[in-house]
Amino acid sequence: MIAIVDYEIGNLYSIFKALERLGEEVVVTNQAQEIREAEAVVLPGVGSFEKAMENLEKKEIKEVIKENQEDGKPFLGINLGLQLLFEKSQEAPRKKGLSLLPGEVVKLPPTNKIPHMGWNRVYFKKNSPLTRDIPQGRFFYFAHSFYVLPEEPQAVVGICNYNVVIPAIVNHDNVWGFQFHPEKSSVWGMKVLENWVRSWKK
Amino acid sequence: MLARRIIPCLDVKEGKVVKGVHFENIKDVGDPVELAQRYEEEGADELVFLDITASYEQRETMIQVVEKIAEVLTIPFTVGGGIGATGQVANLLRAGADKISINTQAVLKPELISELAEMFGSQCVVVAIDVKRTWDRINRRSYWEVFINGGRTPTGKDALSWAQQVEKLGAGEILLTSMDTDGTQTGYDISLTRKVAERVRLPVIASGGAGKLEHLLAILREGKADAALVASIFHYRYFSIGEAKAYLQKRGIPVRVED
Repeated sequence: MIAIVDYEIGNLYSIFKALERLGEEVVVTNQAQEIREAEAVVLPGVGSFEKAMENLEKKEIKEVIKENQEDGKPFLGINLGLQLLFEKSQEAPRKKGLSLLPGEVVKLPPTNKIPHMGWNRVYFKKNSPLTRDIPQGRFFYFAHSFYVLPEEPQAVVGICNYNVVIPAIVNHDNVWGFQFHPEKSSVWGMKVLENWVRSWKK
Repeated sequence: MLARRIIPCLDVKEGKVVKGVHFENIKDVGDPVELAQRYEEEGADELVFLDITASYEQRETMIQVVEKIAEVLTIPFTVGGGIGATGQVANLLRAGADKISINTQAVLKPELISELAEMFGSQCVVVAIDVKRTWDRINRRSYWEVFINGGRTPTGKDALSWAQQVEKLGAGEILLTSMDTDGTQTGYDISLTRKVAERVRLPVIASGGAGKLEHLLAILREGKADAALVASIFHYRYFSIGEAKAYLQKRGIPVRVED
């Protein structure tokens, strides 16, 4: 069972459908207990960093996510869900993130059109179970105004270029994050999701 | 490099696609779900669904359509038409829409843009602007005027400054339709689109007037649009999305094609 964390933010239906299509049992939940019992956890999200963190704190989901990491449970953050994994964000300088990964979230340079909206090529910096059978430079769908800067360069598995290098796939132990929306990235998006499920499924 | 997007637009009335859409091998030509799937397979980057009835009773129908579309699509889609309340937006997003587009209500109540951006994030707030070249009799000059209510009501608002205001209020994208070129199939309004694209730092989707592949090239190159909204070319099967993208790629426009 995969738990999709529902903290009243954005469209959860698409990621739910995408995982269901892979034949997984999926539950959308805001119950700490249900998240605790799940085999794997997905933290989706669009919208604002501050509001998202407030909702996670209110529902005591923040603690469960930290426990999950200590237990080594498979965890996937998508878009804002990836950004929340870091310590802080320029979007809300006074709000602390989940701090599962060292580093920060910064604003895209103002010389770019913001949001970074649309399809961009993703290049892998190293091989991993998640990039299996996906060629270099495939297109994935992005929709974001901030991006992550992990402290450890080796955490960056895939990048895309939008006049700055944007970490697109991030990994540390059992924690994975995608800056793009796999559930909106057609064939290759479904492939990377399938690879994630396969990477932990026994 | 970020690809320029090609976005088919489907007009939906009472749960059916209404503009003539000529696909072969489709049982019900007006089924938005089947058409959506077909366009995704052909390589559409996104889809836009405009609810052209949008009366109170029919909004429920649209929610059901959105749910069915979200079940099959793995590309983003926008829903527009008659949207004016945050609760309505929440329902559409919950049903699976990725973005919503607002037009008339944004003009009547600009703070709606900020409210939606704060609640759901800028990335899902598309502001549609319908524009017509108008002669200003007092200042003896022509300008691009914003129209609302499906193009029936002039507002006296200048489209270029409205676009800038929309950006400040927190919109994530502008869907810019030229009423002068819409439906003519003689090409997009390049100078309007270019002016808007140069004034704002938001992605601009150009709409109205596409009839040939040259028009797509011109709006993405000279018009500086980030995306082109297309109806007739694809609905009437003049060209497939694949053909359009191959044409653009050959001429140096970055598009999403599998190589």
